Amino acid sequence: METKFMKSSLLLGAASLLLMSAVSWAQMTKYQEDQRLNMEAHVGKYTGHAADAQANYRRYCVGCHGVEGDGQGENAQWLDPQPRNFTLGQFKCRSTPSGTLPTDEDLYNSVGRGFDRSVMPIWNQLTNQDKVDLVAYVKHFSSKWTTEKAGEVFPIPAEPEVTADRVKAGQALFQKLECWKCHGVEGRANGPSSDTLQDDQNRPIKPYNFTEGSRPKCGSTDRDIYKIFMSGLDGTPMPSFIDNVKPDEAWDLVFYLRTLQPKNAYNMKERAIAKQLGLKPIDPNAPAPAAPAASSGGQP
Amino acid sequence: MKSHKKSVVVLFAVVFMMMGALILGSSVSAAPPSGSSITGTVKLDGVAPHQKGIDMSKEPSCAAIHKDKPAMMESVVAGANGGLANVVVYISQGLSGNEAASSDAVTLTQKGCQYIPHVVALDAGQHMKVVNSDSTSHNIHPQPTKNAEWNKSQPPGSAPFDVTWANEEIAVPVKCNIHPWMHGYIAVVKGPYGVSDDSGAFTLSNVAPGSYTLTAWQETYGTQTQQVTVAAGKAASANFTFKAK
Ligand code: HEC
Ligand code: HEC
Repeated sequence: METKFMKSSLLLGAASLLLMSAVSWAQMTKYQEDQRLNMEAHVGKYTGHAADAQANYRRYCVGCHGVEGDGQGENAQWLDPQPRNFTLGQFKCRSTPSGTLPTDEDLYNSVGRGFDRSVMPIWNQLTNQDKVDLVAYVKHFSSKWTTEKAGEVFPIPAEPEVTADRVKAGQALFQKLECWKCHGVEGRANGPSSDTLQDDQNRPIKPYNFTEGSRPKCGSTDRDIYKIFMSGLDGTPMPSFIDNVKPDEAWDLVFYLRTLQPKNAYNMKERAIAKQLGLKPIDPNAPAPAAPAASSGGQP
Repeated sequence: MKSHKKSVVVLFAVVFMMMGALILGSSVSAAPPSGSSITGTVKLDGVAPHQKGIDMSKEPSCAAIHKDKPAMMESVVAGANGGLANVVVYISQGLSGNEAASSDAVTLTQKGCQYIPHVVALDAGQHMKVVNSDSTSHNIHPQPTKNAEWNKSQPPGSAPFDVTWANEEIAVPVKCNIHPWMHGYIAVVKGPYGVSDDSGAFTLSNVAPGSYTLTAWQETYGTQTQQVTVAAGKAASANFTFKAK
């Protein structure tokens, strides 16, 4: 009798111990999730809270980016490029160096902008507060945001006046930095290396075609273009050029890239200058452009 | 009288200096860790898989560098006498954890549109210099899983840049998107390491006495481990054999 009682109480004890640890396990992960939902984002006068974005995320984002933020939402299998995997903490559009986290403002701009040549939509129905909350929610998926700070924003000098000399200097840079290896001599995305490019998921990826009239993913303004080639688009073959271009020269390159685009809201002056100069596409086989002014002038 | 006093003082001073020198001397000779080395050879058992030649016609400046001897893929590089090159040998268990990263920088050079060396090893925190000695642009695009990923261009004639890696990772693949045949590895280890040369020989220097697990990593064949004991002041040896597949 006594032994039976002891046995059953032992069993009971073991069972309750098991139960307790299961409960505390659940509490633990719940606790961690709650901790991460404390994630904040700061953009201008707005402070975003991850916890406040749960409903909007489920409503607007989950179908592509997935419940876990791993980019494996139910629509993801049909999408190319794939929706971003937020658990990696790696982003294309940044004002920070390659390999570092973007700023909250960078993410905010991405959520507001939508991505051309991709299904990532524009969200007009969301308020600014909604979007900042969503930025905090995007961040809460990766532990990187608790161990690292956003990268240091690189300085961008004030935009100078467009001149013929600057456009020509920009063209020389396009040749010297070999943007054409991927983007092609006319910016048609048909350079010698363009066919073999792959993104980090080993999926084929095309360079940006400047002549098509589509918007760059990371924004259309001169400042946006400046940031794109200085920062590089992490997770893609598009590298960072910040170590190779001086801040002022970078504007020359922006001006030259404008001449490759069809008429848009930003490139009136550049196109006029290109026409006046009779600017021809670069010739990669020509001897190094030591004196660009002399060689571009006399050509038929 | 006076001079006698002086000479005593001088004598004392000399004795003091000698004592000081003795103490100093003994402490200096004890300062370097009684580091021993582990040396050995990595062999390949069997015939190395055929390595394809690389067609660099899309990059004439690099094709020209290899015009007499075409460049080959390097996933298995077998040398003379059955030696296996580019194997990273490192200590995977038994380190105290206080080993300081080497203060010398290692160099990764892009030359003839190939990475030289094909496999570079370094300590977490050790500096790595990336050099482009080609007359074409490269973009250096490592694909790590435990370190931050980045992608930087390096046009011809640009200065070398410096990189460090925070976390151990064996090994980080590195590629150039402009030249898709370019593949290399960066092995980020902790503590002493060696990389086998063409004859398969490797050396780990400055290993403190102790018992260790030694691991050898090869990009195609994976890893092998063995135990090794290092005695103070004595070189230890360890050999590895990978079976050709
Ligand atoms: C229809 C599918 C779809 C929906 C819905 C969607 N996205 Fe995306 N999103 C994408 C794709 C695809 C990409 C990757 C685009 C690329 O890499 O070019 C992306 C990329 C992103 C990025 C990465 C930006 C960068 O710089 O790398 C962020 C941030 C983002 N989405 C946030 C959101 C948020 C927040 C929502 C909901 C409000 C949302 N997305 C809804 C498909 C979607
Ligand atoms: C190794 C190949 C490669 C090189 C070299 C390269 N790019 Fe790119 N670039 C790409 C790819 C691939 C994309 C498209 C990335 C994407 O769609 O996510 C791209 C995209 C872009 C975009 C559009 C980004 C956007 O937001 O959509 C711009 C602008 C650009 N590149 C400019 C340049 C400039 C300027 C240079 C030279 C200084 C250059 N690229 C060199 C591969 C390259």
